Amino acid sequence: MKTISLTNAVAMIPAGSSLMIGGFMGVGTPEPLIDELVRQQKSDLTVIANDTASPGIGIGKLISARLVRHLIVSHIGLNPETQQQMIAGELKVDLVPQGTLTERIRAGGSGLGGILTPTGVGTVVEEGKRRIEVDGRDYLLETALRADFALVHAFIADYLGNLSYVLTARNFNPLMAMAAETVLVQTENIVPVGLIAPDHVVTPAPLVDYLVTKG
Amino acid sequence: MDAQTLIARRIARELRDGMLVNLGIGIPTLVANFVPEGIHVFFQSENGLIGTGPVPEPGMALAWLTDAGGKPVTALPGACAFDSAISFGLIRGGHLDLTVLGGLQVDQNGRLANWMIPGKMVPGMGGAMDLVTGARRVIVAMQHAAKGRSKIVRECSLPLTSDRPVDLVVTELAVIGFPEGRATLLETADGVTVDQVIAATEAELVIPSNVKEGGGASTSYESA
Repeated sequence: MKTISLTNAVAMIPAGSSLMIGGFMGVGTPEPLIDELVRQQKSDLTVIANDTASPGIGIGKLISARLVRHLIVSHIGLNPETQQQMIAGELKVDLVPQGTLTERIRAGGSGLGGILTPTGVGTVVEEGKRRIEVDGRDYLLETALRADFALVHAFIADYLGNLSYVLTARNFNPLMAMAAETVLVQTENIVPVGLIAPDHVVTPAPLVDYLVTKG
Repeated sequence: MDAQTLIARRIARELRDGMLVNLGIGIPTLVANFVPEGIHVFFQSENGLIGTGPVPEPGMALAWLTDAGGKPVTALPGACAFDSAISFGLIRGGHLDLTVLGGLQVDQNGRLANWMIPGKMVPGMGGAMDLVTGARRVIVAMQHAAKGRSKIVRECSLPLTSDRPVDLVVTELAVIGFPEGRATLLETADGVTVDQVIAATEAELVIPSNVKEGGGASTSYESA
Protein backbone atom coordinates (compact mmCIF):
# COMPACT_ATOMS: atom_id res chain seq x y z
CA MET A 1 0.00 0.00 0.00
CA LYS A 2 1.30 3.41 -0.98
CA THR A 3 0.56 6.20 1.40
CA ILE A 4 0.60 9.82 0.30
CA SER A 5 0.20 13.21 1.92
CA LEU A 6 -2.90 15.23 1.20
CA THR A 7 -0.87 17.87 -0.65
CA ASN A 8 0.89 15.35 -2.87
CA ALA A 9 -2.29 13.38 -3.52
CA VAL A 10 -4.01 16.40 -5.01
CA ALA A 11 -0.81 17.60 -6.73
CA MET A 12 -0.92 14.51 -8.96
CA ILE A 13 -4.39 15.43 -10.27
CA PRO A 14 -3.92 17.56 -13.42
CA ALA A 15 -6.35 20.36 -14.22
CA GLY A 16 -8.94 19.05 -16.68
CA SER A 17 -9.11 15.60 -15.06
CA SER A 18 -12.26 13.56 -14.65
CA LEU A 19 -13.03 12.73 -11.03
CA MET A 20 -15.49 10.35 -9.44
CA ILE A 21 -16.26 11.65 -5.97
CA GLY A 22 -18.09 9.58 -3.37
CA GLY A 23 -20.82 10.96 -1.16
CA PHE A 24 -24.52 11.66 -0.92
CA MET A 25 -25.34 15.23 0.03
CA GLY A 26 -21.77 15.48 1.32
CA VAL A 27 -22.10 12.41 3.54
CA GLY A 28 -19.25 10.06 2.64
CA THR A 29 -17.42 12.69 0.61
CA PRO A 30 -13.65 12.90 1.25
CA GLU A 31 -13.83 16.48 2.49
CA PRO A 32 -10.06 17.05 2.99
CA LEU A 33 -9.42 16.14 -0.66
CA ILE A 34 -12.10 18.62 -1.74
CA ASP A 35 -10.57 21.38 0.39
CA GLU A 36 -7.14 20.67 -1.08
CA LEU A 37 -8.50 20.71 -4.67
CA VAL A 38 -9.83 24.19 -3.91
CA ARG A 39 -6.56 25.29 -2.27
CA GLN A 40 -4.53 24.10 -5.27
CA GLN A 41 -7.15 25.58 -7.65
CA LYS A 42 -7.46 22.45 -9.82
CA SER A 43 -9.76 23.73 -12.53
CA ASP A 44 -11.62 22.54 -15.61
CA LEU A 45 -12.71 19.35 -13.84
CA THR A 46 -15.27 16.80 -14.92
CA VAL A 47 -17.04 15.53 -11.81
CA ILE A 48 -19.08 12.34 -11.65
CA ALA A 49 -21.03 12.13 -8.39
CA ASN A 50 -24.51 11.68 -7.01
CA ASP A 51 -25.07 15.39 -6.31
CA THR A 52 -23.31 18.67 -5.57
CA ALA A 53 -24.42 18.84 -1.90
CA SER A 54 -25.05 22.44 -0.91
CA PRO A 55 -22.84 25.55 -0.90
CA GLY A 56 -19.97 25.14 1.58
CA ILE A 57 -20.35 21.36 1.82
CA GLY A 58 -18.49 18.66 -0.12
CA ILE A 59 -18.65 19.05 -3.90
CA GLY A 60 -20.52 22.32 -3.32
CA LYS A 61 -17.12 23.86 -2.52
CA LEU A 62 -15.80 22.93 -5.99
CA ILE A 63 -18.88 24.52 -7.56
CA SER A 64 -18.52 27.73 -5.53
CA ALA A 65 -14.84 27.92 -6.54
CA ARG A 66 -15.87 27.48 -10.19
CA LEU A 67 -13.47 24.58 -10.69
CA VAL A 68 -15.96 22.30 -12.47
CA ARG A 69 -16.59 22.41 -16.21
CA HIS A 70 -18.76 19.32 -16.61
CA LEU A 71 -20.97 17.57 -14.09
CA ILE A 72 -22.55 14.12 -14.38
CA VAL A 73 -24.96 13.85 -11.42
CA SER A 74 -28.49 12.81 -10.48
CA HIS A 75 -29.51 15.77 -8.33
CA ILE A 76 -28.58 19.44 -7.94
CA GLY A 77 -31.77 20.61 -6.21
CA LEU A 78 -30.14 21.57 -2.91
CA ASN A 79 -27.37 23.65 -4.48
CA PRO A 80 -28.69 26.88 -6.04
CA GLU A 81 -25.16 27.82 -7.21
CA THR A 82 -25.00 24.71 -9.41
CA GLN A 83 -28.35 25.61 -10.93
CA GLN A 84 -27.29 29.23 -11.49
CA GLN A 85 -24.03 28.22 -13.21
CA MET A 86 -25.92 25.70 -15.34
CA ILE A 87 -28.60 28.20 -16.40
CA ALA A 88 -25.90 30.80 -17.15
CA GLY A 89 -24.22 28.28 -19.47
CA GLU A 90 -21.01 28.25 -17.42
CA LEU A 91 -21.35 24.65 -16.34
CA LYS A 92 -22.37 21.64 -18.42
CA VAL A 93 -24.66 19.38 -16.39
CA ASP A 94 -25.78 15.89 -17.41
CA LEU A 95 -28.67 14.82 -15.17
CA VAL A 96 -28.81 11.04 -14.86
CA PRO A 97 -31.37 8.99 -12.91
CA GLN A 98 -29.65 7.87 -9.73
CA GLY A 99 -30.08 4.16 -10.33
CA THR A 100 -28.75 4.56 -13.86
CA LEU A 101 -25.74 6.45 -12.54
CA THR A 102 -24.94 3.67 -10.05
CA GLU A 103 -25.11 1.04 -12.77
CA ARG A 104 -23.09 3.05 -15.31
CA ILE A 105 -20.31 3.37 -12.73
CA ARG A 106 -20.58 -0.28 -11.73
CA ALA A 107 -20.38 -1.25 -15.40
CA GLY A 108 -17.32 0.95 -15.84
CA GLY A 109 -15.61 -0.81 -12.97
CA SER A 110 -16.65 -4.29 -14.05
CA GLY A 111 -15.52 -4.39 -17.65
CA LEU A 112 -18.98 -3.90 -19.14
CA GLY A 113 -19.80 -1.57 -22.02
CA GLY A 114 -23.05 -0.46 -20.44
CA ILE A 115 -26.34 -1.65 -19.03
CA LEU A 116 -29.99 -1.93 -20.06
CA THR A 117 -32.48 -0.19 -17.78
CA PRO A 118 -36.22 0.46 -18.05
CA THR A 119 -35.72 3.75 -16.19
CA GLY A 120 -36.17 6.73 -18.48
CA VAL A 121 -38.05 4.95 -21.27
CA GLY A 122 -40.63 7.38 -22.70
CA THR A 123 -39.12 10.42 -20.91
CA VAL A 124 -36.62 13.13 -21.86
CA VAL A 125 -33.88 10.81 -20.55
CA GLU A 126 -34.40 8.65 -23.63
CA GLU A 127 -33.31 11.39 -26.07
CA GLY A 128 -30.32 10.30 -28.14
CA LYS A 129 -30.24 6.79 -26.69
CA ARG A 130 -30.91 3.37 -28.14
CA ARG A 131 -34.07 1.58 -27.01
CA ILE A 132 -33.63 -2.18 -26.94
CA GLU A 133 -36.40 -4.73 -26.47
CA VAL A 134 -35.62 -7.82 -24.43
CA ASP A 135 -38.31 -10.45 -23.83
CA GLY A 136 -41.06 -7.97 -24.67
CA ARG A 137 -39.90 -5.16 -22.39
CA ASP A 138 -38.23 -1.92 -23.50
CA TYR A 139 -34.91 -0.79 -22.04
CA LEU A 140 -32.48 2.05 -22.65
CA LEU A 141 -28.85 1.32 -23.42
CA GLU A 142 -26.84 3.35 -20.92
CA THR A 143 -23.08 3.36 -21.44
CA ALA A 144 -20.41 2.71 -18.82
CA LEU A 145 -18.64 5.52 -16.95
CA ARG A 146 -15.00 5.65 -15.91
CA ALA A 147 -12.81 8.45 -14.58
CA ASP A 148 -9.14 9.40 -14.28
CA PHE A 149 -9.36 9.51 -10.48
CA ALA A 150 -11.75 8.25 -7.82
CA LEU A 151 -11.82 10.22 -4.58
CA VAL A 152 -13.11 7.76 -2.03
CA HIS A 153 -14.09 8.20 1.61
CA ALA A 154 -13.83 5.17 3.90
CA PHE A 155 -14.50 4.77 7.60
CA ILE A 156 -11.70 2.28 8.19
CA ALA A 157 -8.67 1.38 6.08
CA ASP A 158 -6.06 -1.13 7.17
CA TYR A 159 -2.34 -0.78 6.42
CA LEU A 160 -2.78 -2.82 3.23
CA GLY A 161 -5.65 -0.66 1.97
CA ASN A 162 -8.63 -2.90 2.66
CA LEU A 163 -11.63 -0.64 3.21
CA SER A 164 -14.86 -0.70 5.14
CA TYR A 165 -17.50 1.98 5.27
CA VAL A 166 -20.03 3.27 7.75
CA LEU A 167 -23.83 3.44 7.37
CA THR A 168 -25.00 5.98 4.78
CA ALA A 169 -21.45 7.22 4.10
CA ARG A 170 -20.90 4.12 1.94
CA ASN A 171 -23.20 5.10 -0.97
CA PHE A 172 -21.20 5.46 -4.23
CA ASN A 173 -17.74 4.95 -2.71
CA PRO A 174 -17.23 1.20 -3.29
CA LEU A 175 -18.57 1.51 -6.86
CA MET A 176 -16.21 4.37 -7.69
CA ALA A 177 -13.24 2.56 -6.14
CA MET A 178 -13.53 0.12 -9.07
CA ALA A 179 -14.11 2.57 -11.90
CA ALA A 180 -11.11 4.93 -12.03
CA GLU A 181 -7.52 4.72 -13.25
CA THR A 182 -6.19 5.98 -9.91
CA VAL A 183 -8.01 5.50 -6.62
CA LEU A 184 -7.26 7.93 -3.77
CA VAL A 185 -8.72 7.07 -0.37
CA GLN A 186 -9.28 9.35 2.58
CA THR A 187 -10.27 7.48 5.71
CA GLU A 188 -11.39 8.29 9.23
CA ASN A 189 -9.28 5.51 10.76
CA ILE A 190 -6.11 3.68 9.68
CA VAL A 191 -5.80 0.37 11.52
CA PRO A 192 -3.53 -2.71 11.59
CA VAL A 193 -4.13 -5.48 9.07
CA GLY A 194 -6.54 -8.01 10.50
CA LEU A 195 -8.71 -5.55 12.39
CA ILE A 196 -11.17 -5.58 9.50
CA ALA A 197 -12.37 -9.17 9.34
CA PRO A 198 -12.17 -10.66 5.82
CA ASP A 199 -15.96 -10.80 5.54
CA HIS A 200 -16.24 -7.14 6.51
CA VAL A 201 -13.87 -5.82 3.86
CA VAL A 202 -16.03 -4.05 1.28
CA THR A 203 -13.32 -2.72 -1.03
CA PRO A 204 -10.35 -5.08 -1.43
CA ALA A 205 -6.89 -3.54 -1.01
CA PRO A 206 -5.63 -4.15 -4.57
CA LEU A 207 -8.20 -1.62 -5.82
CA VAL A 208 -6.69 1.19 -3.73
CA ASP A 209 -3.73 3.06 -5.23
CA TYR A 210 -3.06 5.60 -2.49
CA LEU A 211 -4.14 6.01 1.10
CA VAL A 212 -4.06 9.66 2.09
CA THR A 213 -2.25 10.07 5.38
CA LYS A 214 -3.60 12.21 8.19
CA GLY A 215 -2.25 15.59 9.25
CA MET B 1 -56.65 18.28 10.39
CA ASP B 2 -54.51 19.99 7.75
CA ALA B 3 -54.37 18.68 4.17
CA GLN B 4 -50.91 17.15 4.50
CA THR B 5 -51.79 15.17 7.63
CA LEU B 6 -55.04 14.03 6.07
CA ILE B 7 -53.19 12.71 3.01
CA ALA B 8 -50.44 11.01 5.05
CA ARG B 9 -52.94 9.30 7.37
CA ARG B 10 -54.93 7.95 4.45
CA ILE B 11 -51.84 6.57 2.73
CA ALA B 12 -50.68 4.92 5.96
CA ARG B 13 -53.75 2.69 5.72
CA GLU B 14 -52.15 1.11 2.63
CA LEU B 15 -49.19 -0.18 4.70
CA ARG B 16 -48.97 -3.90 5.44
CA ASP B 17 -46.85 -5.93 7.84
CA GLY B 18 -43.40 -6.74 6.44
CA MET B 19 -43.49 -4.28 3.54
CA LEU B 20 -40.33 -2.63 2.23
CA VAL B 21 -41.30 1.01 1.65
CA ASN B 22 -39.52 4.09 0.29
CA LEU B 23 -40.92 7.51 1.21
CA GLY B 24 -40.07 10.63 -0.77
CA ILE B 25 -39.56 14.06 0.74
CA GLY B 26 -42.45 16.33 1.77
CA ILE B 27 -45.89 14.84 2.50
CA PRO B 28 -44.65 11.25 1.90
CA THR B 29 -42.21 11.53 4.83
CA LEU B 30 -45.18 12.15 7.16
CA VAL B 31 -46.61 8.70 6.35
CA ALA B 32 -44.02 7.17 8.72
CA ASN B 33 -45.78 8.92 11.63
CA PHE B 34 -49.01 6.98 11.05
CA VAL B 35 -47.93 3.34 10.69
CA PRO B 36 -50.86 1.29 12.02
CA GLU B 37 -50.26 -0.32 15.38
CA GLY B 38 -49.09 -3.91 15.41
CA ILE B 39 -47.39 -3.97 12.03
CA HIS B 40 -43.71 -3.65 11.18
CA VAL B 41 -42.70 -1.79 8.04
CA PHE B 42 -39.13 -1.61 6.70
CA PHE B 43 -38.37 1.91 5.53
CA GLN B 44 -35.66 2.26 2.91
CA SER B 45 -33.65 5.41 2.46
CA GLU B 46 -32.14 5.31 -1.03
CA ASN B 47 -28.80 6.65 0.18
CA GLY B 48 -28.23 3.16 1.52
CA LEU B 49 -30.25 2.13 4.56
CA ILE B 50 -33.15 -0.12 5.48
CA GLY B 51 -34.49 0.50 8.96
CA THR B 52 -34.43 4.28 9.01
CA GLY B 53 -35.59 5.56 12.39
CA PRO B 54 -36.74 8.92 13.71
CA VAL B 55 -34.69 12.10 14.08
CA PRO B 56 -32.04 11.62 16.82
CA GLU B 57 -32.23 13.24 20.25
CA PRO B 58 -30.25 16.48 20.55
CA GLY B 59 -26.52 15.74 20.70
CA MET B 60 -26.97 12.17 19.41
CA ALA B 61 -26.66 12.76 15.65
CA LEU B 62 -24.03 10.82 13.69
CA ALA B 63 -22.57 12.55 10.62
CA TRP B 64 -22.65 9.30 8.65
CA LEU B 65 -26.27 8.34 9.37
CA THR B 66 -28.57 10.51 7.31
CA ASP B 67 -31.68 10.48 5.16
CA ALA B 68 -31.73 11.10 1.41
CA GLY B 69 -31.81 14.84 2.09
CA GLY B 70 -28.60 14.64 4.15
CA LYS B 71 -30.45 15.19 7.46
CA PRO B 72 -29.52 13.12 10.54
CA VAL B 73 -31.69 10.10 11.28
CA THR B 74 -31.40 7.07 13.54
CA ALA B 75 -31.32 3.39 12.66
CA LEU B 76 -33.77 0.92 14.17
CA PRO B 77 -32.71 -2.48 15.56
CA GLY B 78 -32.20 -4.78 12.58
CA ALA B 79 -31.25 -1.94 10.25
CA CYS B 80 -28.79 -2.62 7.46
CA ALA B 81 -26.59 -0.47 5.24
CA PHE B 82 -25.56 -1.02 1.62
CA ASP B 83 -24.09 0.77 -1.37
CA SER B 84 -26.03 2.76 -3.97
CA ALA B 85 -26.05 -0.05 -6.56
CA ILE B 86 -27.78 -2.41 -4.13
CA SER B 87 -30.09 0.39 -3.05
CA PHE B 88 -31.30 0.91 -6.61
CA GLY B 89 -31.27 -2.80 -7.31
CA LEU B 90 -33.83 -3.06 -4.51
CA ILE B 91 -35.85 -0.29 -6.14
CA ARG B 92 -35.74 -1.46 -9.77
CA GLY B 93 -35.56 -5.18 -9.15
CA GLY B 94 -39.09 -5.67 -7.84
CA HIS B 95 -38.01 -5.86 -4.17
CA LEU B 96 -39.56 -2.57 -3.09
CA ASP B 97 -43.21 -3.16 -2.19
CA LEU B 98 -44.28 0.47 -2.15
CA THR B 99 -43.03 3.96 -2.84
CA VAL B 100 -44.85 7.14 -1.86
CA LEU B 101 -43.83 10.23 -3.80
CA GLY B 102 -44.88 13.83 -4.17
CA GLY B 103 -46.31 15.03 -7.48
CA LEU B 104 -46.56 18.13 -9.65
CA GLN B 105 -49.05 16.62 -12.12
CA VAL B 106 -50.69 13.27 -12.78
CA ASP B 107 -52.45 12.72 -16.10
CA GLN B 108 -55.72 10.85 -16.57
CA ASN B 109 -53.83 7.70 -17.54
CA GLY B 110 -51.87 7.78 -14.30
CA ARG B 111 -48.57 9.09 -15.58
CA LEU B 112 -46.66 11.26 -13.11
CA ALA B 113 -44.59 14.41 -13.60
CA ASN B 114 -42.68 15.35 -10.46
CA TRP B 115 -39.07 16.21 -11.23
CA MET B 116 -38.79 19.49 -13.08
CA ILE B 117 -40.47 22.69 -14.23
CA PRO B 118 -38.57 23.76 -17.35
CA GLY B 119 -37.04 27.20 -16.95
CA LYS B 120 -37.99 27.41 -13.28
CA MET B 121 -36.95 24.42 -11.24
CA VAL B 122 -34.34 21.96 -12.51
CA PRO B 123 -33.33 19.94 -9.46
CA GLY B 124 -32.59 16.71 -11.30
CA MET B 125 -34.56 13.51 -11.00
CA GLY B 126 -32.47 11.93 -8.23
CA GLY B 127 -34.06 8.55 -7.57
CA ALA B 128 -37.60 9.45 -8.66
CA MET B 129 -37.47 7.89 -12.14
CA ASP B 130 -36.14 4.59 -10.80
CA LEU B 131 -38.72 4.56 -7.98
CA VAL B 132 -41.70 5.12 -10.27
CA THR B 133 -40.40 2.69 -12.88
CA GLY B 134 -39.37 -0.06 -10.48
CA ALA B 135 -41.46 -0.12 -7.30
CA ARG B 136 -44.17 -2.77 -7.15
CA ARG B 137 -46.69 -0.14 -6.13
CA VAL B 138 -46.53 3.64 -6.55
CA ILE B 139 -48.68 6.06 -4.55
CA VAL B 140 -48.62 9.79 -5.20
CA ALA B 141 -49.23 12.06 -2.22
CA MET B 142 -50.13 15.57 -3.26
CA GLN B 143 -52.61 18.37 -2.76
CA HIS B 144 -55.43 18.28 -5.28
CA ALA B 145 -54.63 21.70 -6.74
CA ALA B 146 -51.81 24.22 -6.81
CA LYS B 147 -52.61 27.93 -7.11
CA GLY B 148 -56.22 27.01 -7.86
CA ARG B 149 -55.32 24.70 -10.74
CA SER B 150 -56.01 20.99 -10.66
CA LYS B 151 -52.87 18.83 -10.50
CA ILE B 152 -54.78 15.87 -11.88
CA VAL B 153 -54.80 16.83 -15.53
CA ARG B 154 -55.85 15.54 -18.92
CA GLU B 155 -52.28 15.57 -20.15
CA CYS B 156 -49.09 16.47 -18.26
CA SER B 157 -47.53 19.71 -19.51
CA LEU B 158 -44.41 18.98 -17.43
CA PRO B 159 -41.77 16.32 -18.30
CA LEU B 160 -42.82 12.83 -17.23
CA THR B 161 -41.02 10.94 -14.50
CA SER B 162 -41.82 7.56 -16.06
CA ASP B 163 -44.13 6.10 -18.67
CA ARG B 164 -45.27 3.56 -16.08
CA PRO B 165 -48.60 4.70 -14.59
CA VAL B 166 -48.88 5.13 -10.84
CA ASP B 167 -51.30 2.99 -8.84
CA LEU B 168 -52.99 5.51 -6.57
CA VAL B 169 -53.20 9.27 -6.07
CA VAL B 170 -54.21 10.47 -2.62
CA THR B 171 -55.17 14.11 -2.14
CA GLU B 172 -57.00 15.97 0.63
CA LEU B 173 -60.18 15.56 -1.44
CA ALA B 174 -60.03 12.09 -2.92
CA VAL B 175 -58.39 8.75 -3.59
CA ILE B 176 -58.01 8.10 -7.32
CA GLY B 177 -56.90 4.87 -8.94
CA PHE B 178 -56.21 3.89 -12.55
CA PRO B 179 -57.91 0.56 -13.27
CA GLU B 180 -57.85 -0.11 -17.02
CA GLY B 181 -55.59 2.91 -17.41
CA ARG B 182 -58.26 5.54 -16.66
CA ALA B 183 -58.46 7.93 -13.71
CA THR B 184 -61.18 6.51 -11.48
CA LEU B 185 -62.59 8.07 -8.32
CA LEU B 186 -62.41 5.42 -5.60
CA GLU B 187 -63.18 7.45 -2.51
CA THR B 188 -63.82 11.01 -1.36
CA ALA B 189 -62.50 12.46 1.89
CA ASP B 190 -64.68 13.13 4.93
CA GLY B 191 -67.23 15.82 4.15
CA VAL B 192 -66.33 15.94 0.44
CA THR B 193 -68.90 15.05 -2.21
CA VAL B 194 -68.31 13.36 -5.56
CA ASP B 195 -69.47 16.52 -7.32
CA GLN B 196 -66.92 18.61 -5.43
CA VAL B 197 -64.12 16.29 -6.56
CA ILE B 198 -65.30 16.37 -10.18
CA ALA B 199 -65.43 20.19 -10.04
CA ALA B 200 -61.88 20.37 -8.63
CA THR B 201 -60.40 17.95 -11.18
CA GLU B 202 -59.31 18.79 -14.73
CA ALA B 203 -58.92 15.16 -15.77
CA GLU B 204 -61.93 13.19 -16.84
CA LEU B 205 -62.83 10.95 -13.90
CA VAL B 206 -64.56 7.60 -14.11
CA ILE B 207 -67.14 7.48 -11.29
CA PRO B 208 -67.97 3.88 -10.39
CA SER B 209 -71.37 3.19 -8.82
CA ASN B 210 -69.68 1.92 -5.63
CA VAL B 211 -67.52 5.02 -5.01
CA LYS B 212 -67.07 5.60 -1.27
CA GLU B 213 -68.36 9.07 -0.60
CA GLY B 214 -67.36 11.01 2.50
CA GLY B 215 -64.43 8.88 3.62
CA GLY B 216 -64.74 6.56 6.59
CA ALA B 217 -63.61 3.66 4.44
CA SER B 218 -61.52 1.13 6.29
CA THR B 219 -60.43 -0.73 3.20
CA SER B 220 -57.36 -0.13 1.08
CA TYR B 221 -56.79 -0.59 -2.62
CA GLU B 222 -53.82 -2.90 -2.46
CA SER B 223 -55.21 -5.18 -5.13
CA ALA B 224 -57.01 -2.49 -7.10
